[in-house]
Amino acid sequence: MRGSETVAGIDIGSRSIELVVLLDQKIVHQAKVPTTFDPLGQCKKLMENAKPSRMVATGYGRKLFADSSGEVQVETITEIQAYALGARHLFPEAQTILDIGGQDTKVILLTPAGRVAKFEMNDRCAAGTGKFLEFMATALQIPLESFGEFALASDRRIQINSMCTVFAESEATSLMARGEGPENIAMGLHLAIVQRTMAMLRRIGMESPLLFAGGVAHNPCIRMLLEELLGEPLIVPENPDMVGALGAALYGTRSR
Amino acid sequence: MPTPYDAMWEKLNLDLDAHAGLLSVLGKFYGDIYLTQQGRLKGMEYLDFVLSEVHGLRIQELQEAKAQGKKVIGTFCVFVPEELVLAADGIQVGLCAGAEAGKGEAEKILPRNTCALIKSFVGFKLSRLCPYIESSDLIVGETTCDGKKKAYEIFSDYAPVYVMEIPQMKNACDRDLWKAELLRFKEKIEEITGNAITAPKLREAIRKVNDRRRVLQRLNRLRANVPTPISGRDVLLINQISFYDDPDRFTAKIGELCDELESRIKAGEGIVPKQTPRLMLSGCPMAVPNWKLPYVIESSGAVIVGEESCIGTRNIRDLVSERAETLEEMLDAIADRYLRIDCACFTPNTERLDHISEMAKELNVDGVIHFALSFCQPYTMEAFKVEKILKEAGVPMLSIETDYSMEDVEQLKTRVEAFVEMVRK
Ligand code: SF4
Ligand code: SF4
Repeated sequence: MRGSETVAGIDIGSRSIELVVLLDQKIVHQAKVPTTFDPLGQCKKLMENAKPSRMVATGYGRKLFADSSGEVQVETITEIQAYALGARHLFPEAQTILDIGGQDTKVILLTPAGRVAKFEMNDRCAAGTGKFLEFMATALQIPLESFGEFALASDRRIQINSMCTVFAESEATSLMARGEGPENIAMGLHLAIVQRTMAMLRRIGMESPLLFAGGVAHNPCIRMLLEELLGEPLIVPENPDMVGALGAALYGTRSR
Repeated sequence: MPTPYDAMWEKLNLDLDAHAGLLSVLGKFYGDIYLTQQGRLKGMEYLDFVLSEVHGLRIQELQEAKAQGKKVIGTFCVFVPEELVLAADGIQVGLCAGAEAGKGEAEKILPRNTCALIKSFVGFKLSRLCPYIESSDLIVGETTCDGKKKAYEIFSDYAPVYVMEIPQMKNACDRDLWKAELLRFKEKIEEITGNAITAPKLREAIRKVNDRRRVLQRLNRLRANVPTPISGRDVLLINQISFYDDPDRFTAKIGELCDELESRIKAGEGIVPKQTPRLMLSGCPMAVPNWKLPYVIESSGAVIVGEESCIGTRNIRDLVSERAETLEEMLDAIADRYLRIDCACFTPNTERLDHISEMAKELNVDGVIHFALSFCQPYTMEAFKVEKILKEAGVPMLSIETDYSMEDVEQLKTRVEAFVEMVRK
């Protein structure tokens, strides 16, 4: 590795874009913007003052970004590898990584050496992802940021049977019509996501400890339910949505 | 744009506008996926030509043969013994069922959660898109899965269908059933073609089909070299075209291509660098023009070095014994060879697992991608067993379920790329 070079990692997801800039493996700058309908324009804004000597892109928009970036040459890696690298760097003890993002959910099992041993992603529909939460928060007219808090105020657990965004919404509406408290419905929706996530974790053969990354890791209700069903504590990084961008930047610090 | 084949297509009762649309999409798709490859073999020009004329010249040949009284038999499965058709002077063509065109029509008479292959052949018929279906004097179905079984019942309202019963186990009584089905098929073919199947004719047919299998086996041996001398996409195309083209011409042309490959290998040339991760595809058949996954794989920095599939090794691994002398012995040899096919419709089906791990080892692959069409129960279920056996062999596997639509391409890319990153040494 060459010394004193800034290396940037950018994670272009369906909902937000994150940037991490490293100098000698230390984070010197990080920022986040919503993706909007103009992801490239948003990337440009994020990059305004950063002039990294190396740059790695990850996430859904990685190719788009790499193809359109003029001066700096951009390498790309998948979110899977980026999360593995970022998570291991922050918490060397992490064995399994869960990333619930805007559009998809991933689980990654690491080898003892920190390489990807196995991974799974949800299928194309939004069931069990951040999108599902967002949709349901809107349906219940609760701001997404406080949706988790809101659900934690519930007084009983109800089961939402449908994981399909469309059906779950109509289920929620009919529960509401029957006079069920909105907090309880919100709790039911959170539970549905966590149950689905647990199924994915079981399928991959999860090993502890589990690191929870991605935007949905900010949600206290999802965190609480996960710990409850797992029966053990989770590792949640301070900036869970930055893990991918950090991993991408770390990839760039490797000697070529 | 008018083409020299319009009159022929019109006579076949194709929907000319929809058909023109299909051809232009196919052409564009082919251009993007095939013609952009670097350092392709010269011998592939023949395949480019055959594919560009897939609805033209080849159909014209079939029409000319039909005018001389020959019959065309369309099939959907590698269980239908081409030897019998050829021995009765018939022509057998594999009907492709690899595209989404016609899906809307198909969903009017089929449940939505039906595999793409079934929807595709029904849709092609209902939308009058496929000149092969329209040229077929008989379409032979088989009872390999419940979806197909039921779809043929529906299909028979629109086309002349004959169904062969394929056993689901491989015990002595199943062998008897299968032999009886072969005889029933033989009679049917003799009736349709008006030609008796004789020992000399059948011997000749067995040799012909074996020759085609042999040349494809040779191709598979050659491509196993490091660096890989030919892309997996190209080999898939060759396998796909083997179901349509005239067998003698095809065998000769692929023989030439193999000669070219040999000199490439001698010169140490490859289509990709030596260290490129080697992957194997395993699972459901990939009919023309289902090139989505192979394209995604090979544009993610890996190369496909084997296909454990009906459009691949499952169709060419075993030959029919050429030692048989009497007609009866030959029919037995055919029955034995076909019953060795390790389709997921069998229970138990441990041969397939053995073949997969053998192949993975022989080809020295870095990983296996298991491909199943969404809603295909036999293959999606077997994927779990395949993963287990590969895990024991230390070979990572990625399981993909998809159909012919392009909606999930980005997702597939992420999965496949991540898998390639994972297996890269
Ligand atoms: S997968 Fe089975 S049913 Fe399908 S073509 Fe192959 S042998 Fe026939
Ligand atoms: S892909 Fe599966 S479901 Fe579809 S026809 Fe073949 S065996 Fe049947």
